[in-house]
Amino acid sequence: MHIMHFTERPYKYVPEDEVIKNRSFFGVSNTFYDPKLGADLYNEYLDEACYAEEVGFDAIMLNEHHGNPFCMGAVMNVEAAILARITKRARIVLLGNPLPVLKHPLRMAEELAEIDLISHGRLVPGWVRGAGSEQIFNNANPAYNREYFNEAHDFIIACWTRQGPFRWEGKHFNYRFVNPWALPYQKPRPPIWIPGVLSPETVVWCAEHRYPYIGLGTALPATVELWNLYGDTAAQQGYTAGSENFGYLQQIFVAETEEKAQELGKGALFGGGAQNFSRPEHTLPPGYNSKEATRRLARQQTDYGFLGVTSAKLQESEQASVQDLHKEKGNTRERLKRGEVSIAEAKAKIYGNYQKAQDGLQIIVGTPKSVLPKIRLIMETLRPGIFGLFTIQGPVSVQDRLTNVRLMGQEVLPAMREYAKELGIKDPFEVEPGSRPYTAGTKRDSLVDLEALKRAPKRDDSVRV
Amino acid sequence: MADWTEEITKVAGTSLAIIKGGTGKPLLVLHEELGHPGWMSWHAALAKEHSLIIPIQPGLGKSPKVDWILNIHDLAMFYSWVLRDLNLAPLDVIGFSVGGWTAAEMATINAKQFNKMVLVAPAGIKPPNGEIADVFSITAHTSLNLSVYNREVPEFAKLYGGERTPEQFEAFEDARTENARLTWEPIMSSHTLAHFLEGVRGLPTQIVWGREDAVVPVSAAECYRQALKNTDVNVAIYNECGHRPEIEKSADFIKLVREFLA
Repeated sequence: MHIMHFTERPYKYVPEDEVIKNRSFFGVSNTFYDPKLGADLYNEYLDEACYAEEVGFDAIMLNEHHGNPFCMGAVMNVEAAILARITKRARIVLLGNPLPVLKHPLRMAEELAEIDLISHGRLVPGWVRGAGSEQIFNNANPAYNREYFNEAHDFIIACWTRQGPFRWEGKHFNYRFVNPWALPYQKPRPPIWIPGVLSPETVVWCAEHRYPYIGLGTALPATVELWNLYGDTAAQQGYTAGSENFGYLQQIFVAETEEKAQELGKGALFGGGAQNFSRPEHTLPPGYNSKEATRRLARQQTDYGFLGVTSAKLQESEQASVQDLHKEKGNTRERLKRGEVSIAEAKAKIYGNYQKAQDGLQIIVGTPKSVLPKIRLIMETLRPGIFGLFTIQGPVSVQDRLTNVRLMGQEVLPAMREYAKELGIKDPFEVEPGSRPYTAGTKRDSLVDLEALKRAPKRDDSVRV
Repeated sequence: MADWTEEITKVAGTSLAIIKGGTGKPLLVLHEELGHPGWMSWHAALAKEHSLIIPIQPGLGKSPKVDWILNIHDLAMFYSWVLRDLNLAPLDVIGFSVGGWTAAEMATINAKQFNKMVLVAPAGIKPPNGEIADVFSITAHTSLNLSVYNREVPEFAKLYGGERTPEQFEAFEDARTENARLTWEPIMSSHTLAHFLEGVRGLPTQIVWGREDAVVPVSAAECYRQALKNTDVNVAIYNECGHRPEIEKSADFIKLVREFLA
C-alpha cells in the first residue's frame, strides 16, 4: 500500500466572498494576493510535506494549477525540486504536469530528470491534460489538447530513453538537437502514474501504456466501471491488471475530536469547493474534450465528480443562458450573477450540503477511529494500490493541519496498511504494473469488489464538492 | 419544394458539404465561426437574384475535418482550390465574421477569383480600439447572445434552428473546436492579412458593420478600408446594431447587398 499526502496548497487567505461573487476560484483577481502571506504559505506547505514524511507517509503528492487561489502549485517542479533536497525517503509524486500547456517538453524532460537526480531516484512523474482553465491561462489551443499531450509524452520518453543527439520533427514540437545532459536517475525511466476524472479515453490510454491510473475523488460506481475497462484493455494488451495499476485520491480530514473535525472539515466547501474550481466556460473550452466525450456530455448526466467536469454543470450553464433571456429563475450560481440572491444565501446553500457530502463520501471527516471504516469501504471496493489522502481546503490553521498529519501517521496509516495486507492489495513498488502476464481465454482477475460497492452509500449528484 | 439543398461534393481532396439555393448569378457565402446559421430571411431575399453556394467549413456538419488545414490562410487556399475545381470562379462572395476573414484571405491569394466582395464584420485584423471577443472562453450561448445588440430582433430566436437540442450543442462545439484550432492565436486575427490586402486590386468591396459590435469592434472597419486602399471600398456602419447586421438591420442589409452586387 503506497499512501500519499496531498494538499492543493490553497491560497487560503482569498476572501471567500470574492470567490462566490466571481462564481469560481479561477478568475478571482490577483489584487487579492498578498506576497508576504504567499511566502509564508509556500514554506508552511513545504514544512507540512516534510512532517508527512516524518510521520510515515510513503509519498508527497503535488499537483499544478494556474491562476487559481485553489492551488498555489503554479510551477510544481519548483516545489518538487525543493522536496527532492529536503526530504529523505518519501517518493515525490507529481500528478501531474499539464503537458499540453507547457509548450516546451524538452525543458520538462530536463526539469524532471534533475528532480529525479537530486532526490536519488524518488520521483514519480505523472502527466495530465490540464484543467480547461489551464488552457485559457496558458493560451494553449484546446483543440490540440490531446495531440499536444500525446506528442509531448512520446517526446519526453524519447528524451529519457533514446541515445542523443537526435532530431525530433513532430507536428507540434520540433527540436534540431536533442541531447539532454540531465537524464533520470531511475532506469530505464521513472515510473509514470496518470491521474484523471474517469475519461474513458485516458483510462484506455493508461492501460495500453501500463501506467497506473489514479481516480481523483471519483464516484465509486463510475470508478468501478472504468477500472473494469482498464482491466479489459490490459487483458487485450496481454497482461493482468491488479491493485498495482490503480490509485484513488480521497478528501479527508481528521482531528482529536469529532466536533473539531466537523468544524474544520467545512473547509472542503470553502468558496464552493472543488466544484467551484472554474466556471463551465473555462472548464470546457472548445476542443478540450474529444468529439465522443462532447457527445456524451450533451446527452448524459454522469457525475465524474472533480474539478467541475460534469455534464450537469455544463447544461446548467447553458440552460441558465436561455433562462437569462426569459428572466426565469435559474440555479443559485446564475441567480447570484443576476443579483437575485445574496452572498450569505449562496454560502448557506454551499454549506447546507456539508452533511450530504459526507454521507456520499465526497469528503470524509472525523477522528481517526470514525474515518477508518469509510476508508476501509473504499479500499474494499476499489482495491487501490496507491491511496492519496487529500487534506481539506479552506482557512484551517497550520497547527490544525499538522495535527491532521500527525493523527494520520499515528493511527490512520498503520490501520490502512493492515487492511491492505488483509485484502491482498499490492502497490506498484511491490508488483511492477503490467508485469503479470494474462493468458488469453481465461477469466481476468477481479479488480473491484461489487459486494462492497453495494454497501457504499449512494452519492447525491446534486451535491458537488 | 425546399428553398435549398445540401449536397456532398468530392472536391479538393475531400468531401465538402455545400448548401445551394436560389437562381441567378452565383454568390459564394462563407459562414461564421458558429457554423451555417440556417436558411434565414436574408438568404431567401438574396436567393431571388443569386444562386447561393454555401460550403460548410471542413470539420463542421457533414464536411469532414481536414487536419492539414492549420489556419485561416490555409482554409482560404482550400476554398480557392474548391472554386477552381468546380469551375465557379470568378464569382461574388459574401463572408461573415471568420467567414469574412476567409474571403479577405482568398482575395489576397487571387483577387481575380471574385467579381465583388462583401465582408460583414470580418475578423482577421486586430482592431485599434477595443478587443476581439474571446468567443472560445465563453459558452456558445453566451457567444450567441453577445453577437447581437438587441436580442428581441425577430430572427435572433431562429438562429441555428432556435431550439437548443443535444445535436445543436454538438454542432456548436464542432464549429467552435475547429475555429479555435484555426484562430486561437493571434486571437481571431492575422499579423499578415492587412499587409497582403494592399495587394488586392480591381475588386470592388462592400464592408458592413454594426456600431455596437461586441465580437469584432467596429474600429477594425477602418483598418480594412485602409488596407484595401488599392481597390474600391464602401463601408456601411449601422447604429444600434451588433455583429449580425444581416438579421439586426435585415431590410437595410438586403437592400445594400442587392444594390452592391447588381
